[in-house]
Amino acid sequence: MITPSSKPAIKINNVYKNFGSLQALNGVDLTIEQGEFFALLGPNGAGKSTLISILAGLLKPSAGDISVMGFDVVNQYQQARQLLGVVPQELVFDPFFNVREMLRFQAGYFGRGPENDIWVDEILEGLGLADKAHTNMRKLSGGMKRRALIAQALAHKPPVIVLDEPTAGVDVELRQMLWEFIKKLNRDGHTIILTTHYLEEAEALCNRVGMMKQGNIVALDSTANLLNKFAGKNLRLTLGDVTLPLSIQPLMRHHDRGEFTFALNDMAQIEFVLAALRTDNIKVIDMQLNEADLEDVFLSLVGKKL
Amino acid sequence: MMRLTTMNTALKKCFTISAAFRGPWTLLKKELLRFWRVAFQTVASPVITALLYLLIFSHVLEGHVQVYPGVPYTAFLIPGLIMMSVLQNAFANSSSSLIQSKVMGNIVFVLLTPLTHLQFFLAFLLAAIIRGLVVGVFIYLGAMWFVDLEMVHPSLIFAFAFLGSALLGTFGIIAGIWADRFDQMAAFQNFIIMPLSFLSGVFYSIHSLPPIWQKVSQLNPFFYMIDGFRYGFFGKGDVCPLISLAIVGGSFLVLAWITLKMLKSGYKLRA
Ligand SMILES: Nc1ncnc2c1ncn2[C@@H]1O[C@H](COP(=O)(O)OP(=O)(O)OP(=O)(O)O)[C@@H](O)[C@H]1O
Ligand SMILES: [Mg+2]
Repeated sequence: MITPSSKPAIKINNVYKNFGSLQALNGVDLTIEQGEFFALLGPNGAGKSTLISILAGLLKPSAGDISVMGFDVVNQYQQARQLLGVVPQELVFDPFFNVREMLRFQAGYFGRGPENDIWVDEILEGLGLADKAHTNMRKLSGGMKRRALIAQALAHKPPVIVLDEPTAGVDVELRQMLWEFIKKLNRDGHTIILTTHYLEEAEALCNRVGMMKQGNIVALDSTANLLNKFAGKNLRLTLGDVTLPLSIQPLMRHHDRGEFTFALNDMAQIEFVLAALRTDNIKVIDMQLNEADLEDVFLSLVGKKL
Repeated sequence: MMRLTTMNTALKKCFTISAAFRGPWTLLKKELLRFWRVAFQTVASPVITALLYLLIFSHVLEGHVQVYPGVPYTAFLIPGLIMMSVLQNAFANSSSSLIQSKVMGNIVFVLLTPLTHLQFFLAFLLAAIIRGLVVGVFIYLGAMWFVDLEMVHPSLIFAFAFLGSALLGTFGIIAGIWADRFDQMAAFQNFIIMPLSFLSGVFYSIHSLPPIWQKVSQLNPFFYMIDGFRYGFFGKGDVCPLISLAIVGGSFLVLAWITLKMLKSGYKLRA
């Protein structure tokens, strides 16, 4: 089922997109190899969905090109789309049909017939939709609609799967279930690209992370490398409205209304920070110490919370 | 043994070919189910409306008006009413399906697929034609209850119903792609489709109009569709049916070409 080819799953080449005067994408370059589990992160409006829409052929790039396993998404759209399964961010559904009908249609559009039914059953099972197979789309709860939306993108068993915030509005149980299912697909050789605002998810699942900000990729590395680069501890001190002593300012990663976060490489630096504060007569109101995670990486690169 | 293998390969071949057709076929099937699921609204309701027109107009005008010598008014009216409904419903099918999926957002499910613009067009077109023809057949069956109609040229009847619904189905696709909201679509219906269909000679022969209005009517494509369709029943009409057929067919080709251009360019659908 997965076409053997050495071409990257996705190759994004200097892609620009503007909506009128708004520059949504600013020359994005990104290559994702086959078999990767890739996270595309970024604050609201960074351009993630715009990039995915161009990839899926829903929008045209203003400049640049994208290919899926070597097939250009504009000039060879039939081959490119055949290889691609996209879960849109918007919760859309067709009120005329039930879940199984929608999955059959979706597979049918891609040329799949009754032989595909076994796979459809597998998806329904994997996403906990088996007992909703005959329920009209309109009657599903929001979380169930999201599952059906994911199921539809998988119906033709695409080798490259793109999920735009698949876990928005989804309960913990499904999130668990969904990730188990997606991990299994990834083990079976499917390439997975997802966007999420839950950084723990990206950290736990993805082997590589790209961070976007205002239409640019601002960081691109393996999850491990990114975490290493920002390794160490986070010391979070609540100090109130104060000016930090110059000596410890380079250690500060972030501050937000009297709450200062310091990135530390070793524990000895705790003493250094506290001593400097004491010298300046700054009182520590509260103190927290924890491991740096993707959120910290994100914060220091993008300068914004997700 | 030998024969079995050949049969097997032949079967496999059929299967491969059908796999290529499965995409557009699935879209057609979905479009047909979409209106058939709500047949009460999409089929029964226009049929009842047409039969009510027939009941009222024939009751009021029968015996007072004679358009063609030897043809009772009720009989004259029936083909026009059938064709008017065929055209309106063909338009309604493609236009409402597209505007609904655009507003609901579920049009992405089709846009994400490898279906070509030609396949997309053909699926929506055929669904519109079938909806038009189904409505037409039911009105015909209902009208049989009022009066016995003979068909002088059944092939003309079919040709006009088919081409007419193809033309309006295509126009519906254009309207569905162009409109962004339901009220824009309603304007399309009320300011273009309704006037053109009512002022097309459904209820009268244009020869009964003052000369200036005869000229105006001749600019209305609906006039040719209705006149040609009616010619199929009675063997007489206002215009030679072959000229009408050429006009309807030509208009269809022009609109189909425009629609394919729009779809290919991604106008409104893939910004
Ligand atoms: N169709 C459109 N017309 C005009 N502007 C648009 C359109 N789609 C997106 N934008 C703008 O482009 C920018 C990028 O939007 P996009 O949806 O790609 O962000 P995102 O990274 O997916 O954000 P989120 O995390 O909120 O989903 C935003 O400023 C948005 O307002
Ligand atoms: Mg988005």
